[in-house]
Amino acid sequence: MTRSLVWDRVATGVFWAIGVFVVLVLGAIILHFLLASIGTLSLDFLTSDPSRTELGGVGPILWNSFYILVLTMLITVPLGTIGGIYMAEYAGDGRIPNLIRLSQELISSVPSIVVGLFGLALFVTALGWSFSALSGAMALTVFNLPLMMRLSEQAMRAVPQDERDASLALGSTKWQTVRHVVLPLAVPGIITGIILTAGRIFGEAAALIFTAGLSTPMHYDFTNFDLTDPQSPWSPFHPATTLSVYIWKLNSEGLGNYVRQIADTSAAILVIAVLLFNLGARTLGSVLHRRTTGSR
Amino acid sequence: MAVAATTPRSSTLRGSESMAQRLDLPRRITFLAAAVVILLVLLLLTFITWNGVQIFFHSNVPLSNILSTDWAPSDSPAQFGIFPFIAGTLGVMALAAVISTPLSVGLAIFMAEIAPGWAKNIAQPAMEVFVGIPSVVWGWLGITILVPWLRQNLSWAGFHLGFSWFAGSLVLSLMILPTITSISYDVIATVPRDMRTGSLALGSTRWQTIRHVVLPAATTGIVTAIVLGMMRAAGEALAVQMVIGNRPVMPTGLTDPLTTLTSQITLDMGNTVAGEAWNEALWTMGLVLLIISFAFVAFVRRLSRKKSYA
Repeated sequence: MTRSLVWDRVATGVFWAIGVFVVLVLGAIILHFLLASIGTLSLDFLTSDPSRTELGGVGPILWNSFYILVLTMLITVPLGTIGGIYMAEYAGDGRIPNLIRLSQELISSVPSIVVGLFGLALFVTALGWSFSALSGAMALTVFNLPLMMRLSEQAMRAVPQDERDASLALGSTKWQTVRHVVLPLAVPGIITGIILTAGRIFGEAAALIFTAGLSTPMHYDFTNFDLTDPQSPWSPFHPATTLSVYIWKLNSEGLGNYVRQIADTSAAILVIAVLLFNLGARTLGSVLHRRTTGSR
Repeated sequence: MAVAATTPRSSTLRGSESMAQRLDLPRRITFLAAAVVILLVLLLLTFITWNGVQIFFHSNVPLSNILSTDWAPSDSPAQFGIFPFIAGTLGVMALAAVISTPLSVGLAIFMAEIAPGWAKNIAQPAMEVFVGIPSVVWGWLGITILVPWLRQNLSWAGFHLGFSWFAGSLVLSLMILPTITSISYDVIATVPRDMRTGSLALGSTRWQTIRHVVLPAATTGIVTAIVLGMMRAAGEALAVQMVIGNRPVMPTGLTDPLTTLTSQITLDMGNTVAGEAWNEALWTMGLVLLIISFAFVAFVRRLSRKKSYA
């Protein structure tokens, strides 16, 4: 065998080794958390209140994670999709659209801790929302809006031009075309985008420490529906420590005998959530694709 | 990429079209939604800059004090040198890029050029899961697995605490791996097929083709990928804070604890009172972080203007 053939074999071996190594690392991480959470992860852990002295659950904290997720999505998804329509269908290549693209890039580059500082200055202090689910959700909106906008723009750009031409040729207006032809075809892509954004929001912590607060909720009274009362878990103004923030807090305080177990299990929940969000995005994306295109 | 958005109309109708466009309500409404991001950037710049300069105007700390290597905010006179943090951030970021680049570019080449279909079907979803693992989870892994391991097995090499520059960079290198990999993969995949077949037809092996044809054609894109990975590393807060030991001095060695801009903000923000110089120094660090990330964006924009292959 010639030298070049030997080197080709060696290179191929090295690349395979890298591929196998990275996948194994990921597998090991997932397996580690699954094993570490055995014995602790249960329905009771997911629903019960945290406790200072014994092994407590994460019920209220998990509630906060979902609360902030839903609140953020309520703002991000409509605004991001509508903004995406502009970028894909109307914007073209002018100065203002380019300014919008630059803004998207700039915001995506800002570290989440700086977004947290911004939220602290604007939402918590200037607007007086204090440490609350609403302040947290707004901070998360800041850096997820550009992402959602770009994902929905991409989904709409992927719709073939023929579809638009056919609709316009039938006498539809531009907006009718967007509303009844482009948007429905882009829905699978948009939904995949939503789920992936949701996964990011669920795991975010740095931007929430200074906006949603750090106090561990010990017990929530779910019969309190007074939305203006910061004690009510339903209120957007209640301080809302999420699961990711809770792990960081447990580590930095290091109190209690069960810190390791609780944090391991909470981390396992986050990892499982990431897996589910990804799986959801994949299956839903392909199911919707089949539905809307009629292909099998 | 072709802009498929505007409908072709004859140019004689341009005058009446722009009138119609101006009255186009959906166009205006969707524009308002898109323009929110411009507003957000302006607000962000204003608030971070305003708070970031308060240490000079409100607490009257001289610039020479800030631009020093001495951080002792509770001494009198207090020292607010931010160079240890900037050096820490850049140091941790650089080492993370050095560790991560061979792995992630190698993985991108593997996925684009070598992996058969089934291996690609494993590697691609794996990257998506990888990128989704939250930063606190990485930090928690670092503090429960990596740091104790370094302390127990490598204390002879200087890892007396385990918390170290190296630990921070190692955790970061894994966090930025999917970023560099996925962008590099996209770039490598867009290198025209003809260039590969041309090279193979001349009798080159696959490795020679990758080495002398594919990689040179993709260089600019791969550099962009690495820069974007470094940007993520510089801004990462919690995972780094949990494993680097948070010692506010200039970096001394790979096995020693140090600190970064992000970790000091994370740690001290809750322990300081708004309006005092210590707190304002943290906002200045936030401003420095913002400037660093905007500089990265400018650099990436410059790179992307260059053509990667003719």
